[in-house]
Amino acid sequence: MSKKIITNVWSRRDVLKASAATTAITGAPLFFSRHAYGADFLNNPGDSGVVTLGFNVPQSGAYADEGADELRAYKLAVKHLNGEGDGGMMNTMQPSELKGNGILGKKVEYVTGDTQTKSDAARASAKRMIEKDGVVMVTGGSSSGVAVAVQGLCQDAGIIFMAGLTHSNDTTGKDKKANGFRHFFNAYMSGAALGPVLEKNYGNDRRAYHLTADYTWGWTQEESIIASTEAIGWTTVEKVKTPVGAGDFSQYITPVLNSGADTLILNHYGKDMINSLTQAIQFGLKDKQVNGKNFEIVVPLYSRLMAQGAGENVKGIFGSTNWHWSLSDAGSQAFVKSFGQEYGFPPSQAAHTCYVQTLLYADACERAGTFEPCEVVSALEGHKFDGLGNGPTEYRAGDHQCFKDVLVVKGKENPSSQFDLLEVVEVTPRAQVEYPVDHPMFAGGDLGTCNNGA
Amino acid sequence: MDALILQLLNGLDKGGAYALIALGLTLVFGTLGVVNFAHGAIFMIGAFCAVTLRKILTISTQVRDESITLFEAYKEVPILEAKYPVVGSIIVDYSVPLAIIAAIPVMLALGLLMERGLIRHFYKRPHADQILVTFGLAIICQEIIRHYFGANPIPQAAPAIVAGSANIGAFLGLGDNVVYPWWRLIYLLFSFIVIAGVFAFLQFTTFGMVVRAGMQDREMVGLLGIDIQRRFTIVFGLASVVAGLAGVMYTPILPPDYHMGMDFLVLSFVVVVVGGMGSLGGAVLAGFLLGILQSFASMNEIKSIVPGIDQIIIYLVAVVVLLVRPRGLMGRKGVMED
Amino acid sequence: MTKSSATSDWVLFIAFAAAVLTMPIWLAPFGANYPDLMQKFAIFGVFAIGFNILFGLTGYLSFGHAAFLGVGSYTAVWSFKLLTMNVLPAVLFSIVVAGLFAFLIGFISLRRSGIYFSILTLAFAQMSYNLAYSVLTPITNGETGLQLSLSDARVLDAMAGISTGRSLPSTSLFGVKMSGLPGFYFCAVVLIIGFFIALRITRSPFGTMLRGIKSNQTRMSYTGLNTRPYLIWAFVISGMYAGLAGSLLAVTDPLAGAERMQWTASGEVVLMTILGGAGTLLGPVLGAALIKYFENIFSAFNQGTLNQIFDALPDGLQNIVVEVVSLFVGDGWHLTLGLLFMITVIFLPGGIMEGMRRIGGLFTRKKPQPTSSSTTAVVDPS
Repeated sequence: MSKKIITNVWSRRDVLKASAATTAITGAPLFFSRHAYGADFLNNPGDSGVVTLGFNVPQSGAYADEGADELRAYKLAVKHLNGEGDGGMMNTMQPSELKGNGILGKKVEYVTGDTQTKSDAARASAKRMIEKDGVVMVTGGSSSGVAVAVQGLCQDAGIIFMAGLTHSNDTTGKDKKANGFRHFFNAYMSGAALGPVLEKNYGNDRRAYHLTADYTWGWTQEESIIASTEAIGWTTVEKVKTPVGAGDFSQYITPVLNSGADTLILNHYGKDMINSLTQAIQFGLKDKQVNGKNFEIVVPLYSRLMAQGAGENVKGIFGSTNWHWSLSDAGSQAFVKSFGQEYGFPPSQAAHTCYVQTLLYADACERAGTFEPCEVVSALEGHKFDGLGNGPTEYRAGDHQCFKDVLVVKGKENPSSQFDLLEVVEVTPRAQVEYPVDHPMFAGGDLGTCNNGA
Repeated sequence: MDALILQLLNGLDKGGAYALIALGLTLVFGTLGVVNFAHGAIFMIGAFCAVTLRKILTISTQVRDESITLFEAYKEVPILEAKYPVVGSIIVDYSVPLAIIAAIPVMLALGLLMERGLIRHFYKRPHADQILVTFGLAIICQEIIRHYFGANPIPQAAPAIVAGSANIGAFLGLGDNVVYPWWRLIYLLFSFIVIAGVFAFLQFTTFGMVVRAGMQDREMVGLLGIDIQRRFTIVFGLASVVAGLAGVMYTPILPPDYHMGMDFLVLSFVVVVVGGMGSLGGAVLAGFLLGILQSFASMNEIKSIVPGIDQIIIYLVAVVVLLVRPRGLMGRKGVMED
Repeated sequence: MTKSSATSDWVLFIAFAAAVLTMPIWLAPFGANYPDLMQKFAIFGVFAIGFNILFGLTGYLSFGHAAFLGVGSYTAVWSFKLLTMNVLPAVLFSIVVAGLFAFLIGFISLRRSGIYFSILTLAFAQMSYNLAYSVLTPITNGETGLQLSLSDARVLDAMAGISTGRSLPSTSLFGVKMSGLPGFYFCAVVLIIGFFIALRITRSPFGTMLRGIKSNQTRMSYTGLNTRPYLIWAFVISGMYAGLAGSLLAVTDPLAGAERMQWTASGEVVLMTILGGAGTLLGPVLGAALIKYFENIFSAFNQGTLNQIFDALPDGLQNIVVEVVSLFVGDGWHLTLGLLFMITVIFLPGGIMEGMRRIGGLFTRKKPQPTSSSTTAVVDPS
């Protein structure tokens, strides 16, 4: 499988790229003739009976558990695509061309790699998959920095990138790429979904204090949340940047006590969020009364794995999430059932988005009738589907972002098991979280043209 | 004023953690001349003593949860609580303080084992070799912990009675906003006690006297016919107990995960060196100094003048101290300078 | 090799060059003959060779060399963004900027020695990292890393009338794209040149002077010699090597991330050098290759691939073997790395090169040399 001779592919690259460009310019009429001659693209599985996908997830570092869950979902998706197991969401996906005989009749195989949640390591790992293992698609990741870095790489190399968990606006905003697609929601959507719920529960007159992880994702989320809370009449008292991996946040939390703020918004994720939330509760913020109101804490981006790390402290705290296993639609139920039977516990939202991305990619290949990246891109662009756990969803052509309902969740007061930590309080409809492609928070990017890599 | 008092407490609290880790590190430096990159891992293992104890205390019987039908879900009921409802839940509640008692023998044994089995063969080896071998050991410890406990942090609650905050403001006659979590105050007190204990031990016991003499001039003490080797082994055990206890006590503040040792490692090296190699007092002083400076540098008033200062303050102070005082705050000539 | 003649140096150099250039052939059985990994071997080889000039020769242990690697990368990417996609200006600028940066840090840090020096370099590197990650984002693009974009100026390319339309340009050396195998050969040639220069430095009077500093700095000073200029030069040269390595990272993959400057990255090059054998010429390159091999190949094994490998075994046995082996590969590759460090240093003081010398000694029926020759790691015990 790995004995492919790479020299050929690379030395022919320029010639073929030129031909691909010509095709793109001259457009549709050449479309059929190109197929007739068998258009070439990077890592074309050709006549081989198998097709290889690359699952690039964090296996070490802070997000290792999340990465492990993503990998479980990928393995399950491969199983289902190959017609093993109960088929999971393949049975509920609408429309679907998937037949359970692999993709385009080829058996699906996969390779794995460790992103270490570092851009360099993630790119090295993805390059290995592309150069050595001959994958046609790379997917995965558990942070936005890695997603953007690997997305850029896949664009340059000329294969498809299906983003895993990445929440920054930039992934489909200023750093969007033609070969990259994101199913997960983003910071803007979190803000738009949370706004009305916060208004309903906490009123129009709140003074918010932001603690924000000092890097790109944190900033985009802070910007998004401020926009939507100020729209409902809240004031922003202070925005404080905290170093990533600070561990002890006490020096950032104590100033909140005297600031006159009555709401603390934690723009943190992963370990930072677990630590800052745990410590904020320890400092008695939740028991405080300010301006005659109960002090409240909001965590805009939630995940169940994080909630597990923060334990008791998540009770009653609002946040948003892409998906939750307790949803009762047929797609979610089918997925939770087959995941639960396979592994003995429910999937996380990271697992869900990764599973869905794999299915969507496979379906797009079936519809395009080829693995050729540019054809797959056209098949995915503007594609509308349903039955994958988020209700009716669309892959918008303009920025390759999925548009769908967003869940607002709250830490459960009386969890019945260690997995039952969040309850869905509202499903915010898609219309409410939608924004134009050229929205200022997403401006400055350019999809560019798709790249076949050959 | 309120804000300053709170930041001072934050600084002392952080300083306590730094000082406890640095104390053990500098003991090992000073006595054995070993650069121990596994010291952070010892701190982490200490924290996981608390996790393990709680796991043991809450070993549960699984009761099928009938409300979930999609897959087999179970409710966990701790056996201890099921059998002895009152006493059992109290014991579980106090698992962190109990873990201190449990951790002392564990950490001591671990320290002795490490010294006897590995470190002692590296006394005469170059520092480079010491770094490589202890770094390898640290990675192995981490991976073992990760294998059994996963990578996600595992929350540990302080006993319910000290879960809230102390109203220091009312006590000092200041505003109502000066509140501080009880557990952090306990942690501060604890670090003072441990530091005082270590100093008293080295200052007032014969054992301590010999060790201090050995730190000054190892050969001389050896020539006097004293088995300094044995004592140094015990010192290593002591250092790991101090780091381990620091880890146990820190768990309610920072939910422990397998990587927490590495996160503290570099910082504690900086603390030791700023304090001055081979100086116990220096390590403690530097720990508190850096902790307090870090807290004050994080205040909005200061950050708005110098953006990002809270990210680099520790290293900046380290550079300034080392340039002004060549051997750190209280270092002696000739230790680790070659 | 104490009495190494010019001839044996040439033999060593030619053998090294041949081995590096034929990597695509002889690495095939190890599954490591794909461009990206071979590029990494060469690039981190350069990094480690440079680090060894400081640490191996003078014994000064810098814990902040990743800062120069990062600065080199950022400079190179900026050169691609502002000037041209040609790699030569990028490489030259990186070396110069990293050299200047190293001079600045070295000038201050070298006022101290021993562990005080180590912590000073660590402090500078960590400050650079923390600032690059957050406050300096306009220059470094923070966590995401500095990337090319369609709207870049590329003044020289624009003047030459090169335009790439709506797709991103690639780095090139006068028209030859620097990705894939050509990229590897470029890095390989740079590695060979770097190795040659290091060889010349080691054998020069300057190198002898540096080794003198290592064995006894006080004595050197007593002879009335000011050792500081020599140390600063060694520091700057090794910083330039790091900058060069950083620029090569950007050449083969035009993205520069802040985590390249983190202390773990500095620690990695220290480990590479010690693992291979500090003070030896070849050791650091071997150490670098070994660590990168583990990082990229061992981490990629999963249960499926293991089952394939051990397919020949009977079923029950296969399961057991796969279970055991899977602890050490895939997400357990760190464990293997840790074991490798411990085993090497316990059984082979002086690193891999020491081991090779012992094996060599067995064949030539000579007793292995005690670790006193000029080419092995002897850091004075405290």
